[in-house]
Order: sequence, then C-alpha cells, then structure tokens
Amino acid sequence: MDALRTSEREFESEECRKVITQLYEFLDSELTDERRERVRQHLDHCGSCLEAFEFEAELRAVIVSRAKEQVPESLMHKLAMLIEEEERLVPKQGSE
Amino acid sequence: MADKENFSADAMQYTENLYSAALRMTHNAADAEDLVQETFLKAYRAYESFQEGTNLKAWLYRILTNTYINIYRAKKRRPDESNLEDVEDLYLYRRLGGLEAVQAGRSAEEEVLDRITDTDVKEAIDSLPDQFRLAVVLSDIEGFSYKEIAEIMDVPLGTVMSRLHRGRRAMQRALLESELRKAAVGGRSEEGNLS
Repeated sequence: MDALRTSEREFESEECRKVITQLYEFLDSELTDERRERVRQHLDHCGSCLEAFEFEAELRAVIVSRAKEQVPESLMHKLAMLIEEEERLVPKQGSE
Repeated sequence: MADKENFSADAMQYTENLYSAALRMTHNAADAEDLVQETFLKAYRAYESFQEGTNLKAWLYRILTNTYINIYRAKKRRPDESNLEDVEDLYLYRRLGGLEAVQAGRSAEEEVLDRITDTDVKEAIDSLPDQFRLAVVLSDIEGFSYKEIAEIMDVPLGTVMSRLHRGRRAMQRALLESELRKAAVGGRSEEGNLS
C-alpha cells in the first residue's frame, strides 16, 4: 500500500507535471476553455492526477468552511450607530 | 450613481465577509472591529461615487484593503515578499504518507481533512506574510477572481497569481506542521480531536 502510494505521488510523466502546474488555475476557474478541457481530458485517464486534484479541491472546501467568523453583536450595533450618526451629521447634498 | 440612503441595505450584508477578512489581516478582534468600522465609514462617505450595478463586494474589499495597508503598514514594517520560502506543488498531499490513518478503513486523505480544525486553518492563514495572506483570503475564502484581486490589491495579475500560489503552498506546510504536532501529542492513543 505504502509503496504504491509513494510511487503514485511522483507524477513522473511530462504531461502530469504540466497539469499539476495548472492545478490552482483549474480549481479557481481561471483557465481558458481550451486549456481547461485539456486538463479535464488528462484527469479522465490519469488516476494519480485526479486523486491529487480531488484532494486539493476538498482541502479548499475544508479551508473555506473552517475560516468563518461570527460577527460580534457589538460590532453590528456600532456599525448601525455609525451610519445613523453620519446620516444625521451630513445633510444629503453634502454641503460642508 | 449609488444612493446613500440605500447604503445600509446594500452594504451591510457583507459585514461577515469583511469582518472575517479583517480578522485575518489584523490578527485580533479589536483591530478587526476598528478596521471594519473605518471601512464602512469611508464607504458610506464615498457611496455616491460607487457605480451602481458594478461589484459592490469588490469595492468594499478595496476600501478595506487600502485602509488596512494605510494603517498597519505604517505601524510595523515587515519584509513581505522575501521571507516566505517557496515550497513545491501539492506539498501536503505528497506528505500524507507520513500521517498514516489511525482508523482502519479510512484513507490518510480523509483523516487529515477531517482533523483540520478552525484553529488550524486560521493559524495557517495568519502565519503568512501580509501580501500572501491577503491574496489567499480574497481568493480561497471570499472567492474573488484573479482580476478582481488584482484590482482590490492594486497589483498586476501575475503578481496576484504568484502570491496566491506561493501563499497556498506555504499554508499547506503550516497545516502539515500542525497535523504533525497533533500526531506527536496524541500519540497512538485515541483519535482525540484536540479542541
């Protein structure tokens, strides 16, 4: 198992290496249609690259879901006050 | 032109996004609150110059970013580009073998992804130098396109890509380090998710 995994992770072919360099742009939907299609075709027949791409995609999803922050009630309140005060201070056509 | 009267209704929905980003930028809640308030104040005052129908979220992030840079860059100068050692592609994935699955029937991939906690992610992001951190937050967390990030950060597209890619790889290294630390602490005992 381990030996298999290690060798799978070497991505020896030229094509694999090229595809790996485009991984982020692929996940970010920043590749042109043509290049995207070429990556997709490679993934269709290359299990080791597909596995790597899937891991990166899942990792991204985990990062997004773990980085959420709750806005403190006090901040919401302060922001509302801030705008209210501005509205009062500055008349609509902003004559200073 | 946008109408100031609609400001709250239009902009307040992004408070959580802006606050999350502000926390990652400033590293602490009090500064993050100040930064968000300053951002909303500037945005409100400039709202008439906002082109209605264009990307309000990106516009707010641009103000947030500029405000952050102006306040905090002045405070502490720290070399940005230079002190982030670049690491290879698929940094974490290539090293999963070192983090063997403890539970039978599960792959090391699944286990690692499951074990990553909020704290791990936040610490990994926080460990990045400013410019890299910002790019990663804007892309990974907020989902802006490279072009939008280039506009928000006011840097060329190529710079966005290199900061983003290097930042992500460095983040993977930080994540791996925290997984290894947990593995060392947890030993072979139970799966024990340290909370």
